[in-house]
Amino acid sequence: MFAYYLGLALRSLKRNVVLTVLMIAAIGVGIGASMTTLTVFRAMSGDPIPQKSTQLFTPQIDNWGPTQQHVVPGDNERLQSQISYIDAVNLMNARPARRQSAMYATGFALTPANPQLLPFQVEARAAYADFFPMFDVPFHYGAPWSGADDAAHADVVVITRELNDKVFGGVNSVGKVLNLDNHDYRVVGVVDKWEPIPKFYDLNNAKYGKSEQIFLPFTRAIDAHLESWGNVNCSGHGKPGWEGRIESECIWMQFWAELPTAADAARYRTFLNNYAAEQQHSGRFNWPAHTRLRDVREWLVNQHAVMNEVRILVLVSFSFLFVCLLNAMGLMLAKIMGRSGDISVRRALGANRRAVFAQCLIEAGVVGLAGGLLGLALTALGLVGLRSLLSDEISRLTHLNVMDVSLAVALGVIATIIAGLYPTWRAVHVQPAWQLKAQ
Amino acid sequence: MLKMTNLSKAYRTEVVETYALRDFSIHVREGEFVAVTGPSGSGKTTFLTIAGLLEEFSGGDYQIDGANVRGLSDNQRSRLRNEKIGFIFQAFNLIPDLNVADNVDVPLRYRGLNGPERRRRIQQSLERVGLSARARHYPSELSGGQQQRVAIARALAGTPRLLLADEPTGNLDTQMARGVMELLEELHRDGATIVMVTHDPELAIRAQREVHIVDGQVVDLMASPRLVVGAHAQL
Repeated sequence: MFAYYLGLALRSLKRNVVLTVLMIAAIGVGIGASMTTLTVFRAMSGDPIPQKSTQLFTPQIDNWGPTQQHVVPGDNERLQSQISYIDAVNLMNARPARRQSAMYATGFALTPANPQLLPFQVEARAAYADFFPMFDVPFHYGAPWSGADDAAHADVVVITRELNDKVFGGVNSVGKVLNLDNHDYRVVGVVDKWEPIPKFYDLNNAKYGKSEQIFLPFTRAIDAHLESWGNVNCSGHGKPGWEGRIESECIWMQFWAELPTAADAARYRTFLNNYAAEQQHSGRFNWPAHTRLRDVREWLVNQHAVMNEVRILVLVSFSFLFVCLLNAMGLMLAKIMGRSGDISVRRALGANRRAVFAQCLIEAGVVGLAGGLLGLALTALGLVGLRSLLSDEISRLTHLNVMDVSLAVALGVIATIIAGLYPTWRAVHVQPAWQLKAQ
Repeated sequence: MLKMTNLSKAYRTEVVETYALRDFSIHVREGEFVAVTGPSGSGKTTFLTIAGLLEEFSGGDYQIDGANVRGLSDNQRSRLRNEKIGFIFQAFNLIPDLNVADNVDVPLRYRGLNGPERRRRIQQSLERVGLSARARHYPSELSGGQQQRVAIARALAGTPRLLLADEPTGNLDTQMARGVMELLEELHRDGATIVMVTHDPELAIRAQREVHIVDGQVVDLMASPRLVVGAHAQL
């Protein structure tokens, strides 16, 4: 009977084209508005590394004290979002995790070997070799540098495929030399497409931005006095210059550790507290240990990876969808009530209430499907509009994937079926005797 | 075939209770052609909708083809309606989106018959009313008489035990009405049981038997001729 009802639905929709178009438009506009904002919201709130998000942890250490932090003692929710060089190096030296990496955002002036290309600036990330296996970074050519390279402060780099295409024409550049800030670095690997959104490992600097194009050993970056290209926060006055920076309590480093099991995470928390307590005993901290260890998801929530404006927009757009559905419901009611004569005839010819219910709901589903597809087209249009209005960083979030497409169509169908429940209920309760008597 | 005993139908509001049928008894035997007549508002259509299981009744008993219908669920009533009753309406009540064959197909769909069986029955019933050549036409492309023939074909397609016709010629001109009546008579000769509601005395006398309703009750035409004459005078 499904095919029969489907055929009846299509005939019924063709019968009153204006009403049908109005219904589909009402649903399509509502779906389009809500899906546009939802797509951005989902991209912002998505899990950037689902296979490992519960195994990757970032530590927070209060190295400024409660006065500077303006926190109530015991409130672990407000802590610095980065750590100092001192803490980064100490944690790296302790190496209590399976894998760990201190890191920071930096950059270079790159002078291509090809004289036809002008020098340009590239963003880079100083990190340890563990960065790549820890974050499951895929390689197109070569491999990460080794722990020995970290220890040797080696002049090696890993570059992105995009940069490899630009500078080396896409060929395997492993072993080739890249001139960065007038210093030669040997390419050991080319990263395949890897763009976690949000860029969870450094939410302080362009959290929806692209990954850096060059990666180099942290130890080498420090040797080269590569300045931070990211956020640097200092408390009080310290010595000027590079030495002053690395001896200071300024926070400008990120730190991630891979802790595969809950027991590993518990051990690391203990280690972190002991470390902070040790710093207190040594006289560096004049306050009790105050640390926190969060996994990727907790970190995204803590750092408000989803902008409040987007949350409000999603709320507003879904309210709009609700209004659109109310309109569609009114139109459906008008359409169904206009067909009460037909419904009565069907009842007289043997249709039971379940049959009328199924016929009306399938018709609502067809309207919803059409509305969902229109909504999908409007969503694509809305995202194009957003791309032209917003920054490049946010524009990266405005892409439809298979999940979004499925969601738009499913939302259209389900929402319209829900909106069609009341008109359908009315149709089911049409009194055939009264209708036929009225004729 | 159809037996109503002391049947009543009351419409209740907060302040008043109005009886459309009261102590209504009728017995239509298999193969009979009965005309139900009466003035407007006498309860003819209420009788027909109750007979067609489209409306509940307030009291009394109703049996169709030996089955008592009191207390049946919506599903059971729908199935009984689909299998045992064929409707012919004054306004034809064809579904405008569907062509002739698809209109005839409607009760067969709800019967759950397979495709070949449905097609066979559609062809057979359209041939019976002389419209097999119009199977792909839409109702709007047919004359009133042809539309009523389609409605009759639709009623016949389910091979019902009882045909209920509500003023079947009410919307037709004289010539078309004659054609439809001849078709009903032919069906009756072939063994169909027909109950036809009409207020046209000329049609009523073509039935085997006439049952007259006044104020929701069956009136004996022989016993109360003045009442009947008075009622007809109001028409």
